[in-house]
Formats: sequence, structure tokens, C-alpha cells
Amino acid sequence: MRTGDTAQLIDMTGLEALFGALHERDYTIVGPTVRDGTVTMAELETAAELPWGWAADTGPGHYRLRRRDDDAGFAHCAGPQSVKTFLHPPRARLWSADRTPDGVTTTGPEPPTKRYALVGVHPCDVAALAVLDRVLAHGEHPDPVYTARRDGTLVVTAECTEPGETCFCASMGTGPAATGGYDLALTELLDGGHRFLVRAGSPAGADLLERLPARPASPVDVAAADTAVQQAAATMPRRMPDGPLPELIAANRESPHWADVASRCLTCGNCTMVCPTCFCVSTTDVTDLTGEHAERWRQWDSCFSVDFSYVHGGPVRASGASRYRQWISHKLGTWHEQFGMSGCVGCGRCIAWCPAGIDITREAAALAGEPS
Amino acid sequence: MTTLAVWKFASCDGCQLSLLDCEDELLAVADRVRIAHFPEATRATEPGPYDISLVEGSITTPGDARRIHEIRAMSRILITIGACATAGGVQALRNSADVAEYASVVYARPEYLDTLATSTPIAAHVDVDYELHGCPIDRGQLLETIGALLVGRKPDLPEHSVCFECKRRNNVCVVVAYGEPCLGPVTRAGCGAICPAFRRGCFGCFGPAERPNDEAEAALLESTGMSGPDIERMRRLFDPGTEPVGGTS
Repeated sequence: MRTGDTAQLIDMTGLEALFGALHERDYTIVGPTVRDGTVTMAELETAAELPWGWAADTGPGHYRLRRRDDDAGFAHCAGPQSVKTFLHPPRARLWSADRTPDGVTTTGPEPPTKRYALVGVHPCDVAALAVLDRVLAHGEHPDPVYTARRDGTLVVTAECTEPGETCFCASMGTGPAATGGYDLALTELLDGGHRFLVRAGSPAGADLLERLPARPASPVDVAAADTAVQQAAATMPRRMPDGPLPELIAANRESPHWADVASRCLTCGNCTMVCPTCFCVSTTDVTDLTGEHAERWRQWDSCFSVDFSYVHGGPVRASGASRYRQWISHKLGTWHEQFGMSGCVGCGRCIAWCPAGIDITREAAALAGEPS
Repeated sequence: MTTLAVWKFASCDGCQLSLLDCEDELLAVADRVRIAHFPEATRATEPGPYDISLVEGSITTPGDARRIHEIRAMSRILITIGACATAGGVQALRNSADVAEYASVVYARPEYLDTLATSTPIAAHVDVDYELHGCPIDRGQLLETIGALLVGRKPDLPEHSVCFECKRRNNVCVVVAYGEPCLGPVTRAGCGAICPAFRRGCFGCFGPAERPNDEAEAALLESTGMSGPDIERMRRLFDPGTEPVGGTS
């Protein structure tokens, strides 16, 4: 993977040049930056806006920015939103209709006005993109809102060299190393000068890399990058229980543990909203006061809402226990059956951003009978 | 043309003002409905019956309790607007106190008052067709409801938590990132998550969301440093019917 003959090395000038090259190609750059007391994904103009020298301390129901004693720009985790926000937007107008003398005319959805370059996305979130691709783009009925945004999106991943307290990508096989799904992969190196190992993962990435002020990476640099990523995997504090999770969930359908989780669960829906792969939406029709104009909007919805399972006179999942069980059963279990992959990438956002601090790895461990 | 009446009980008039605040849409509203009774806006009044009645305020006097039945009888669709009309309002704090004692402290001649011991929502007295929550109500929800009724569709009035709206508008969670107490996880959506957008915790003016987990919310508020009595006060401000949560303080 990280072979000496393909890996290049760039410094901070090279990173600025990457931003310049992306702007030249009319990409809207989305990357991590410090905003509202978090490192969050936002549209960026320059590499200077990256969160240099900032890290995030996370725990169950806990997120705080922390100043680092170095200048690392990609050593943060579990931000409040993922790139899902940009490709599968929280609200989207599916169509609008107007009454005209000839009947009714409809338009939409509007094509996106921006083409994104997602820069500094960690491998767990690149894996989440692959999940969204499978669900929203590669099914029998591709979602036009997602595919219009996803097609032509460029991905520059930043390998994870410092997992947070809530991370467990290593046990999900989605990180901390970048293994695919990217156009360019960066590995940040700090000792011996701030620099980045760069590898191309696609023709578009290779073309970009050719235009950057780069030099071939030395075996020492390559080894340093390897070590940093391996260390990240070795020091990752959380993990999912061993063994196949779909079987574990299926075997525990009637476990008393669901009621235990429900006693702590607010059913507020935060876990699903911050999850980079939760894709569920509901649609709403709106009309204006004249009654001559109607629109159909869709917005993120959640299996934690009672209305979400409302069919013919009542909700199928009325209790909090049934709703939590639904979420985890789909995410870790039936997702495999439905899409041939796990719905969980181990990013840890649902742990950090749960106001009640419910930890999916601990709940799974409890189901597996592991001591907590 | 559809006729609209606006009524007031014990309240601050803020929710009625939300209707007048619909400046950009007010002309469109006036094109589609005839405002037949709205003393806050005009002295001209037409006799009932009315197609739609918007009712603000809570029932706090024997006179109120009679008048709301007359209004119900004159209204095809009755919509309560705001925390007072839907939950009793801040004035329902009296429900767990001694009104006579309050009156003796506040008024020089309390015997002039003719008040009930409780402040109760409209739905405790008559059938209500739709409820718009909030202190004040959300302008968008009001227009959505009027627009929906005009074309004969169901208004979109979600019952899930405020957290949905926070995440949809990219607010950072004030509990997780700043340690602020917030009632958002147990509060009904509809405001557009205004307070958290300004880094303030939700104080629950829309009232409880569907099936709130009060025990878990109390534990969350405790984790931000609130005491048991403060938690009860926060919960009761807009949800006077809430029962004390045991075993957490």
C-alpha cells in the first residue's frame, strides 16, 4: 500500500498548492476547521483554515476542543457532523409544482451548484461514504439528490494518527489506515519537520499530485507514516466485541438489556443524525397560502421518532426499547443482509454526541456477555 | 371566504402578535381569509360562526370557563396558540401553590378578584382541533397550519424532539460541547431550535415531546451541575403537569 515508489512528500507549501489546484478546477473545498467550539466540516478557502494545533477530547456525551502542543492539523476525531451533511443534505426540495392555465407544471430537484472536494476526511468517514454509495447510489433506485452531489466529488483523506477516546474504527476494519475510496491520501508527519506523505488512489488524484511541489518520499518517511498509523490502531481505546455482530444481535432479540438501555435513552435522535451512514428521511408536502404553489421537501428523519414507524393508526415501535433495538439491529445486524456490509464504521460520533452518553460498543459488549 | 377569529384569555398577547408579525405573508393571508374578529388588530367585528378560531391564553377565571364554550360553539375549527392555551402557561405555576395567599400578597384588595385556583389549558375545557405550542408560537407553524387548512391537508406539526431540528440546521449540541443544561431532548420541535443556535440551552417552551424520558433528562441536567430543585423548576416552567422525578437528586 504505502510503497516508497508511489508515495510523495509535500510540505505546508504543497498543501496550499493543493488548495490552489482544487480551486482552479472549480471545486468547493470542504474540510475540518474550528467553529463553534468544535472541529467541524465546513467550506474552506485556504489551508490556513484547517484546525492547526487543535485536538478534540471526546467521551460518552462529551466533546471539548483542546490546544495541542504541536501544530497537527488532522489530529481530531468525531466532529459534530460528517460529510453526510454535504452529500445527503438535512433538507432537500424534491420538486415544486405550480398551477397554470394549462394544468400543473412541476420542476426539480434542482441540480447542485457546487462540486465538492472533501479534504482531510478520516478513513472512517471515507468508509461511511462507501456505505452511503451502496445505499443511495448503487441500489435499484438511485437517489437523485445524493448522486448529483456525489458524482464528481473528490476525496482527499487524512489517515488517522491519533484516535480519540470514542473511536473504534480498527475493530470495524475501516481505519485508521486509508485503504481505498480516496483520490489522494495524506499522512501527517510532525517529527523532523511538518510534512505530509501523499499517495494517489485514482487517476484524478494522480493528476493533481503531479501538479504539486512534491518530492518522492524516502523509506524513512514511509516507515514513519506506517508506524504512526499502526500506533493509532494499537492505542485505540474502544472496540466492538469479537465475532459476527449480526448473529449477536439476532440472538439477543428478546434480551432484557434493551430495557436497560431504554431507561437511559432520551430517544432524542442525536445518534442517528450524527451517524455518517444513517440515511433515513421523511417527506413533507407544503403549500403556500394561495394554494397555487406546492413543494415536496424531504428531511433527515430518525428511527427514534415515534412518528417514524407510524402505520395505520399507531406506531409499530412505541417503546424506547424497541426504537433503540431497531437502530442497533439495523446498524450492526440486518444492514449486512440488506446491503452486504456493516452500517457502522466506528467513528464514535454516536457515543460522543449522545447527550445521555450511551456507548454502542458497551451496549454490544453487554449483549455479548462481556464484562463492562 | 374563510373567516378567521382570534380570541384571548390569560396571556401576554405575544402569540397574537406572531400573526401580525407575518408581515411578508399578511397580505396573502388577508387575500385568502376574512379576519372577522381580532380585537388586537381591529375594533371591527363580525358575528359568528367562524371557520377558524385561534385561541390564545389559559382559563383562569369562571368567566373564561364559560366564554370558551361559547367560542367553541361558534367555531368550525378551533386552534389553540401558545404555551398558555396549550399547557396553562407560566401562570399555571399557581396550580401547585395557594392562590389566595398569592393574591393577598400581591393585591391591596384581593376580594375584588374573581379567579380560579388553577390556570388550565383550553383542551381541559373544550375539544381542540389543533395545538400550536411555544412561547411564543412559531410564525412558520402558524402559516403552515392556516395554509394547510385552506387547501384541506393535514398541517405538518412534528412531535419529536428539538434535537432533530438542531442537527438539521447544523447546531452544535450545547450539552455535549459546552456543558449547558438543555431541555431539547425532551421538548417538542417546531421552533427551529432557536435557542441552541445561539448557544443557549432549550428551556422547553414548546412543552414535552412525544413520550419524553424524564428520568434520563433529569440525569442529563444533573450532569451539567444542576440541583434537583432547579431541575424541577426548569421542567415545570412550561410543563406544569410534570411529576417530580424520583431518585435523582
